[in-house]
Amino acid sequence: MSVKKTYSEINDKIKQGKAVVLTAEEVSKMAEELSPADIVKKVDVVTTATFGPMCSSGAFINFGHSDPPIRMSRATLNDVPVCTGLAAVDAYIGATEESQYDRKYGGAHVIEELIAGKDVRLKASAPGTHCYPRKEIETDINKGSVNEIFMFNPRNAYQNYGVAVNSSKSTKYTYMGTLLPNFGNANFSTSGELSPLLNDPFLRTIGIGTRIFLGGAQGFVAWNGTQFNTSKPRNDYGIPECNAATIAVTGDLKKMSPDFIKAAYFERYGVSIFIGIGIPVPVLDEDMAKAVSIRNSQIETTIMDYGIDGHPSLGMINYEELQSGIINLSGKKVRTAPLSSINKARIIAGELKKWILDNEFSITEPVQLFPENTSLNSLK
Amino acid sequence: MKKRYVLTFAPEVVNTPLTYNLIKDYDIKVNILNAYISPGKQGKLAIEMESADENINRGLEYIRENGVKCVPLVKKIGFREELCVHCGSCTAVCFTGALTMDRQTWELHFDHEKCVICELCTFACPLKLFEIDFVE
Repeated sequence: MSVKKTYSEINDKIKQGKAVVLTAEEVSKMAEELSPADIVKKVDVVTTATFGPMCSSGAFINFGHSDPPIRMSRATLNDVPVCTGLAAVDAYIGATEESQYDRKYGGAHVIEELIAGKDVRLKASAPGTHCYPRKEIETDINKGSVNEIFMFNPRNAYQNYGVAVNSSKSTKYTYMGTLLPNFGNANFSTSGELSPLLNDPFLRTIGIGTRIFLGGAQGFVAWNGTQFNTSKPRNDYGIPECNAATIAVTGDLKKMSPDFIKAAYFERYGVSIFIGIGIPVPVLDEDMAKAVSIRNSQIETTIMDYGIDGHPSLGMINYEELQSGIINLSGKKVRTAPLSSINKARIIAGELKKWILDNEFSITEPVQLFPENTSLNSLK
Repeated sequence: MKKRYVLTFAPEVVNTPLTYNLIKDYDIKVNILNAYISPGKQGKLAIEMESADENINRGLEYIRENGVKCVPLVKKIGFREELCVHCGSCTAVCFTGALTMDRQTWELHFDHEKCVICELCTFACPLKLFEIDFVE
């Protein structure tokens, strides 16, 4: 009879210091010799991770009230506009929002500076009301001075992502990095067999309420991410052929580390932010053991031509080939480059493993699973 | 042996055919890696020189006598390595193979010897960690 484990059984083992925790790379190596039936007996939790640019990120802040109080209608942090269409001193700072004076500095940089404990300059204005008479304020804030500051990222950790190439005669500057003309390079942005949503392709264990590693602190999956799509065709291993599921995540920014959140600027594209995410996948049964055993050679993704409008597909490629440094594209050897840091993803998977082994982190059963049978709508 | 330098020309010597003289009189193979010369202004030239040590040293002496500043190329490339997150974006554009990913550790490796200061990495790095003091 095949082995089955519950979340509470695994958490008991974690508490007793008996849980076997491996990183996704370690278990993939183990799977070269052992079957899923063996792995489910040996391994309890597998830690997955990614550290890549994820534009759809930001943070909610409550600044605290001034005396006399202000109901902010316009506000900036280090000259980066923040969304104030909330209550009086609540705001949301989006990672990609640019400074009014410097296109290369944006919300991501403000977020990184706040995490690092630095002061940032708040400027706010308001029409003034009976209960909020103040019309202007300019002062310094930092993560210690505000009431709450929590990251809320509507779309992170894409399950798979296409490879970007450029067939045109000119260099393309994109969110997938600099794409040299005439297929000068091929850029990819997923940590392959380490990537969270590729180790649970049908999202059996990752759902609303899942506790995760977010930016160096414990965070949670809040919702399915925006553009959540379960209708992409899948390969024999259940891996969608390109970008599919996503997660919305949240966590206390005061506890995060600048080592795992980094502001970025992509030339002629704009500001983005590297987000470090780690997700534990419990090995509940043989099916989950098979899922976490996924290897780079089994993860395929679509090659997309950013030199042509609509980014048409040029075929499929697997991550073993992508990570080798050179791929063969219609007979031409093309150099590959990652955009997400596999080195950092490894550090995160290792850190999360340590947290679990040290009994500082327990695994959570999703409060609710993500929707099934979703596809994308477009603007008319 | 091979050595790489960045030469800075004052406006008045921009018109002197120094490269030609280096080749003809000092028997130095000169490979131009990058150049920025605008009339009436200071000019800069990144070159690789290949010859016997003695020839290169004599050539450098000749260049300096003509009022041209001569700095080893490596000093012109600033890379704030301690802040690197090893994402690999810069390796996408580095056609000489100076910037590569170690396929075991997935750390960025920078081989200064292979850099021709094409400057593409200064745009490709999302953290803006490369600075090239070449075009002022």
